[in-house]
Amino acid sequence: MKRFIYELSESWKIAFAQMQSNKTRSMLTALGVIIGIVAVTLMGTAITGIQTGFDRSMSILGDDVLYVSQFPWARVNDWWNYRDRREIKTEYAEPLNRMIAATPNSNLLLAVPTSSITKSVKRGDNQVTGILIQGTTADYPLISVVDFNEGRFFNEVENRAAGNVCLLGYDVADALFPSESPIGKEVQISGQQFRVLGVGARQGSFLGLFSLDSIVIVPLPTFKKFFSAKSESDVRVKVRDKLKLADAKDELTGLMRRVRALPPEKKNDFDINEQQAFKSTLDPVKNSIALAGLFITGLSLFVGAIGIMNITFVSVKERTKEIGTRKALGARRRTILLQFLIESTSLCILGGLIGLTFAYAMCFAIATAFPSFPVQFSVGLVLIGMFVSVFTGLVSGFAPAWSASRLDPVTALRYE
Amino acid sequence: MLNTDTIRPRGPIVIDIENITKHYVMGEETVHALRGVTLQIHRNEYLAIMGPSGSGKSTLMNMLGCLDTPSSGRYEFNGKDVSAMNDDELATIRNHEIGFVFQTFNLLPRSTSLRNVELPLIYAGIDAEVREERAADSLRAVGLGDRLQHKPNELSGGQRQRVAIARALVNNPSIILADEPTGNLDSKTGEEIMALLENLYQEGNTIILVTHEADIARHARRIVHLRDGLVESDATAEQPEIETLAFT
Repeated sequence: MKRFIYELSESWKIAFAQMQSNKTRSMLTALGVIIGIVAVTLMGTAITGIQTGFDRSMSILGDDVLYVSQFPWARVNDWWNYRDRREIKTEYAEPLNRMIAATPNSNLLLAVPTSSITKSVKRGDNQVTGILIQGTTADYPLISVVDFNEGRFFNEVENRAAGNVCLLGYDVADALFPSESPIGKEVQISGQQFRVLGVGARQGSFLGLFSLDSIVIVPLPTFKKFFSAKSESDVRVKVRDKLKLADAKDELTGLMRRVRALPPEKKNDFDINEQQAFKSTLDPVKNSIALAGLFITGLSLFVGAIGIMNITFVSVKERTKEIGTRKALGARRRTILLQFLIESTSLCILGGLIGLTFAYAMCFAIATAFPSFPVQFSVGLVLIGMFVSVFTGLVSGFAPAWSASRLDPVTALRYE
Repeated sequence: MLNTDTIRPRGPIVIDIENITKHYVMGEETVHALRGVTLQIHRNEYLAIMGPSGSGKSTLMNMLGCLDTPSSGRYEFNGKDVSAMNDDELATIRNHEIGFVFQTFNLLPRSTSLRNVELPLIYAGIDAEVREERAADSLRAVGLGDRLQHKPNELSGGQRQRVAIARALVNNPSIILADEPTGNLDSKTGEEIMALLENLYQEGNTIILVTHEADIARHARRIVHLRDGLVESDATAEQPEIETLAFT
């Protein structure tokens, strides 16, 4: 054991001396690994960034909410089976809530209808287009996370009265009221005046597709009065226990069939969606992007590894006589194997450290330039980067080191 | 002509070789480098192995140095059967029992004298402080006490060979195996190296010299001539008038 430790420290010293005496060669070889590590870690950062953004978007949907919709969220290949489906009506919420209340130990908690349409919002001469107008009830905050920068949600009375009140998403408020508080002020939607009750906190975008802050929420009766044409509706149902989502889904399916009065032989003409459906559609896409990205960047690391292997072979060839001498002096096969493995590994570690430094600097630059892009340079990434470097060194050094350890001492000593 | 100056009494047998052969297969042909060599070498002998090229001299040296194993025959080193050992066992024997001195010195070019001499001790698993001390002692013994931190390219040829000899001595080996130790040196420096080896012999070391130069071989007290893979002659100097002492 002691001998092994001495051989190990001896090998590190040799490796270090070897790098020092062949500076140019070592740097060029390490460059391959540097590029590889930078590529792989940046890719890793991008992937975790995407994952973080994805998870953030998913949490907005809520993992304990079922969405009763006309169509499934997941992509289907037989769209013709879906095209004749009846629309989902916001009125379904009422019988649903009644039945939930009548069912003992129901897995469901509360049904809240929402209806939406895209409109422009004006204030004086300022106008923002493409804003999602959403009508819902005063129960909406019970099923969805609604954070306010200022103000409040509308209450039951304002809802029943179909008052012209609204909540503005962060972006809408920011565009229309750049320098003042919108609370109590009025905005115009389709020629109607709405009094602003509250402003939502900034939420970012959903999967980078559309902004969750370009939204205006109004009471559902008000919505029906002014915007019901061409609007789309769904009913959101919060479940009691998200661990029993499947049971809740079955229960809700049964309730919806009763609401829609479907005879037993008929198939469901609605869909119950959940965040999982989104995930199962998007996960394969996301995963294949990640896989392809890692594969391509992995190739650059592989090229770096070939460089290391090549230089280690050259090193073994150049130092055949030295290997012979070491063997004559009592170096065993393991000693020689270890020596060259450590040489290739130390090159990779050098490359890995420099590569990680570069990657860190680049991440920092990206995070500074684009604050909204979720880059995360984690300790885990450093550990993985170093692990990959060491692993690369061991793998690429193994063949040359093995051939060195197998050299016949007589032949090696005679080598010129 | 044999050197009869101060012949030291022989010790017990170190190397016991009986009828060893070595053949190499080179393509279609089989080369018989050794055809049956029998040889006994005692502790504290000074022996030269001579022979023209192709005589099997180098092959025999590789056998004696445990760098290679014979095709057939028996080889015992200090009573241990070497002929059937694997690579790593042979490495251990070389490390503990044999000090090599090469024609081309074979020092590690980027390491100091001290580090070069330490190398066999590293492979033996000796502690760092002890290692350094013993390596320094060994260098002092060959007259290089003031060159511990010099690298080979800062040393003369003779000094390099002295470092190599210090390295050979550092593990207190049973034999010192010197392969043409003066081959790369001018004759004056060569004589100095031979004088150093003579000293080592007088201090009780066993020295095996492999050379094709009669001038060098004459320093030895025993000369073995090889020809065509066989021992042609084996002459030991007898100290005139004084009886050879036997070790018991």
